[in-house]
Amino acid sequence: MKIVALVKSVPDTESKIKIAADGMSIDPQGIKYILNPYDEFAVEEGLRIKERLKDDTTVVVVSMGPERVVDVLRTALAMGADDAIHVGDPAFDGGDSQANARVLAEVIRTLSADLILGGKQGIDYDAAQTCAAIAEILGIPQALIVTELKISDDKKTVTARRRVEGGDELVEMSLPALVTCEKGLNEPRYASLPGIMKAKKKEIKKVGLSDLPLKADAVGAAGSKAKVVRYHNLPERPPVKMIAGDVATQAKELARLLREEAKVI
Amino acid sequence: MQFPLSEEHRLIQQTAREFADHEIAPVADKHNREGKFPAELVKRMGELGFLGMLVPETYGGNGVGNFGLVVALEEVNRVCASTGVTMSVQNSLVCAPIVHWGNEALKHKYLPKLATGEMLGAYALSEPGSGSDAAGLVASAVKDGDSYVLNGTKNFITSGAEADIVIAMVRTDPAQKTRGITAFIVERDWKGFHVGRKEDKMGLRSSSTVQLSFEDLRVPAANVLGEIGIGFKIALHTLDGGRIGIASQAVGIAQACLDASVRYAEEREAFGQQIGKFQAMQWKLADMATRLEAARLLVYNAARLKDQGEPHAKEASMAKLFASEMANAAARDAVQIHGGAGYLEDFPVERYFRDARITEIYEGTSEIQRIVIARHLLNLR
Repeated sequence: MKIVALVKSVPDTESKIKIAADGMSIDPQGIKYILNPYDEFAVEEGLRIKERLKDDTTVVVVSMGPERVVDVLRTALAMGADDAIHVGDPAFDGGDSQANARVLAEVIRTLSADLILGGKQGIDYDAAQTCAAIAEILGIPQALIVTELKISDDKKTVTARRRVEGGDELVEMSLPALVTCEKGLNEPRYASLPGIMKAKKKEIKKVGLSDLPLKADAVGAAGSKAKVVRYHNLPERPPVKMIAGDVATQAKELARLLREEAKVI
Repeated sequence: MQFPLSEEHRLIQQTAREFADHEIAPVADKHNREGKFPAELVKRMGELGFLGMLVPETYGGNGVGNFGLVVALEEVNRVCASTGVTMSVQNSLVCAPIVHWGNEALKHKYLPKLATGEMLGAYALSEPGSGSDAAGLVASAVKDGDSYVLNGTKNFITSGAEADIVIAMVRTDPAQKTRGITAFIVERDWKGFHVGRKEDKMGLRSSSTVQLSFEDLRVPAANVLGEIGIGFKIALHTLDGGRIGIASQAVGIAQACLDASVRYAEEREAFGQQIGKFQAMQWKLADMATRLEAARLLVYNAARLKDQGEPHAKEASMAKLFASEMANAAARDAVQIHGGAGYLEDFPVERYFRDARITEIYEGTSEIQRIVIARHLLNLR
């Protein structure tokens, strides 16, 4: 089998996000980038499937974006992925989810992947659209936000467990198929030191617009129908109200405020 | 700090940091309070390769080298210096001398198990009557056929309670001083190997320190490390490397002191404002951060020299001396910034303060480091 894990470089959850002066982008200054945590589940799941099958299965990690995505690709290689592809081209800049999916779908097509794994969403823009769009473009089945995954013995189908309102849903899909990963699917491994030493020697393949059967107006900002108009900061938290008095008075006042002002009881 | 780490070292740092924060940190306080050796963590560190960083791939290690080792050691020591010293000893004082001085048979016999943590090791030089005066050791080995019979006592042996093998420096020729010492690889299962009481220490409470004694302990001649009579040279050469590890431990402890102090200075209020707004606190933090960065660069420099096969004894001593004294100053100031809270077990700086103290003592006291540095300057070797 050929398994593709799509990975994204996103700001560390501890980074302080500042809106850039133009109001339409994020100030990259001082941001530390990490492998999107949901994509870590995708890489881990790919590696576990490979380890379970014990055949010639390979796991290829693919990331789209500027030069810095090489870091997350290297991290995935150190976890144990076999190959890595950096999809990067200035022509891809400013793409919406659909334009990016168009590019990634073409890359995946060249790889003849049997199973495509991604995170359920990027923790940066939270759109959760790219993976679903890729499956649509490729015309293959998809199961999103999956917590358990099983490949059939004949390696022709995959069964995915999804949490839905009030219970779990089991979906069986023929391969090739696309799955996005939810927390709980697995516990990602640490990159081991031997893994890091091996990853160091691996080449990261670069793919640009000229390698794909796409026109410049189908990708990046030119190929996008959705445009970010403005980012706003979260409203400031209102000041905390302190309640004075003895315990009984405080409890009484708290109950009154919860009922009359907050209207929660 | 923005020292440009290579991609490989950045990944090592990332893996060590995540392991330290997610696996070691949550249990470090408990282990230290209970004096519990973190056997499970050490096993996992072995699986991830943290114990075989100086062992070439041919012998089951990962050959990351000294630079990668100090980067990883800093992260582990930042959350737990007890786990940190266990890791440092295994890499620098046990694996490294076998890699450097061992013959093929010894390397194949011990390194693959040591590199993966399947076996733990210890280094035994000090004795009840000799510490800084290492060449004054009296534990003896007498040749008897194809083996040596060892007798004597070794003091302050880190990981001694858990170690499967011990590299022991023992006198084989009473007529000679430094040239009468030989290094042996001793296995704990051999008859006559006794593990003494676990010492009750001020700090590093979840690392074990014991006295070991050898009573008519028979060691095959094949387990002589290097050659007869070069044990003292092996001991000192090994410590040159170990000191870089301890210097890195000091940097890790100091980083933890700085992190805790910055956090506290932002949270704690006095006289109607954050204490971080008082210049008295700011100067302490600024000095702590500056000296910390200087120490880290000394550690990086010594590790880099060692990896390149350059002379590094002076630089290792400088790094160890400066970093350990820096860490103690940082720990003292961290407690001071925390005030009364810093004196309580509830805050982590109390442990950092106790743990930092040993870095000025073991693997060569600050006094010995100054002697080493001065001897290089004055060409008195």
